[in-house]
Amino acid sequence: MDTMRERFTTITSQLLDQDPRLAVVLAEISRDRFQDTARTHPHRVINVGIREQLLIGAGSGLALAGMRPIMHTFASFLVERPFEQVKLDFGHQGLGGVLVSSSGSYDWPAGGFTHMAPGDVALMDTLDDWTIQVPGHPDEAETLLRQAAAAGDDRVYLRLSEQANATALPVDGNGFHTVRQGRRGVIVAVGPMLDNTLAAVEGLDVTVLYATTVRPFDDDALRSAAGATDAADVVLVEPYLAGTSTAAAGIALVDVPHRVLGLGVARRELRRYGSVKEHLAGQGLDPAGLRERITGFLWA
Amino acid sequence: MTTTTLDTGQTASFGYHDIPRLMSLMTGDEKHSTAATSTLDALWVLYDRVLRVSPAEFDSPERDRFLLSKGHGPMAYYAVLAAKGFLPASVLPTFGAYASPLGHHPDRTLVPGVEIGSGSLGHGLPIAVGTALGLRAQGRTDSRVWVLIGDAELDEGSNHEAIAYAGAAGLEQLHTLVIDNSSATHGWRGGIASRFEAAGWSATTVDGRDHEALYAAYTLPHPGRSHAVVARVEPK
Repeated sequence: MDTMRERFTTITSQLLDQDPRLAVVLAEISRDRFQDTARTHPHRVINVGIREQLLIGAGSGLALAGMRPIMHTFASFLVERPFEQVKLDFGHQGLGGVLVSSSGSYDWPAGGFTHMAPGDVALMDTLDDWTIQVPGHPDEAETLLRQAAAAGDDRVYLRLSEQANATALPVDGNGFHTVRQGRRGVIVAVGPMLDNTLAAVEGLDVTVLYATTVRPFDDDALRSAAGATDAADVVLVEPYLAGTSTAAAGIALVDVPHRVLGLGVARRELRRYGSVKEHLAGQGLDPAGLRERITGFLWA
Repeated sequence: MTTTTLDTGQTASFGYHDIPRLMSLMTGDEKHSTAATSTLDALWVLYDRVLRVSPAEFDSPERDRFLLSKGHGPMAYYAVLAAKGFLPASVLPTFGAYASPLGHHPDRTLVPGVEIGSGSLGHGLPIAVGTALGLRAQGRTDSRVWVLIGDAELDEGSNHEAIAYAGAAGLEQLHTLVIDNSSATHGWRGGIASRFEAAGWSATTVDGRDHEALYAAYTLPHPGRSHAVVARVEPK
């Protein structure tokens, strides 16, 4: 199976052949993977060099000229470094575009904290009218990418990761998907967190919702799932900063007494290298760590 | 809440000599400081003689684009837009009011003919690079893109990302107008034009009050290269 990032470059290259409105803007990252496409579409595969403010600003200018830009680099350099460009050059200018990140929270742990971006979704969540997609499998990434490319002048953030679930679910880019139902609480697993979450709750009487579209947050799905359990107890399992969606869950359940536990990546730096698997364990996002905290919360 | 609407059909045509009066509608002052008018002559010559854009065609895909990146002190810009019929003079006295389309930094979603919202420095030139790329990708190679920045705005590193890339990419449709009123605290040793030239741009420096010199600088041929015009005016 290819990775989400490989699928992104393959599908985007096909989409460029089909849709003359699309342009890809790069800042060196993934440049090699677009080499052939750049020969076919020299004016629509644009590598600005290691210049991330320009990556976003040029994307905005492309949108201003009537095109649909797909801007891509690692999450830390796509969202965090040029954040004001994302905020102003798209939101304030009233323009649309697609941001596609890779590397996620710690896809390259040996690279250290400079290449980790657990805070990207929380940061994007301060902005108005961005759809945020967090696929958990390359097939899902493809579906969501195709949708984003064709979504008129919408603003879409597509967060790709090397972490993936074993099998894809049929995502539609719109709301949460019920994986299993139970009575004691609702677990919302986001993107690549699904497999570990399902392993963690094996044998437990809980509902599991699967979320790839995290903004807009599916208020209705959470409300109705929580309404079908004994108490409106909710656990969010997110592959990025812990608590990123806690407020959104609180808004969804505003008229229901409820409890919410937000699990995800901690603010503190681990200052460790190693593997993704070791970081998942280090963050308590492996099945054992999740099970301990989920049962501790639901059966407290 | 009422919002002042802009009907571009109800405007009269004004000349250069009307600009101070139009600015007075915003500022309440009869005389304006050189800081307030630092962009005035450069803007006037651009809109009067160079840019192929009109109120009737402000959203035509074929138009020339002017991006005001240095959004601070936009009275001269609004006055020129009013003089050229993009907005009615009657809206100028609302400058800065809650329901006015005319803020102390422009907002493209509120004013027809304003290509970008600005205020935060260093955004316009990178956006102009993208606009030139987008026009080129669509085969609209006759449309030109102009962006106005200030000499102090040039401090922002984002400009240098754009200058270096545009020079390497040879974006002939891209033009940068730098209004130099010596307001950069640390100055530009070796001159502003040299920054552009070193990156592969065509660049020229002129008296920012001299209309003929500005026109000549704006229309200088620059095949295969982006073009910068540094317009020097009185120090701030």
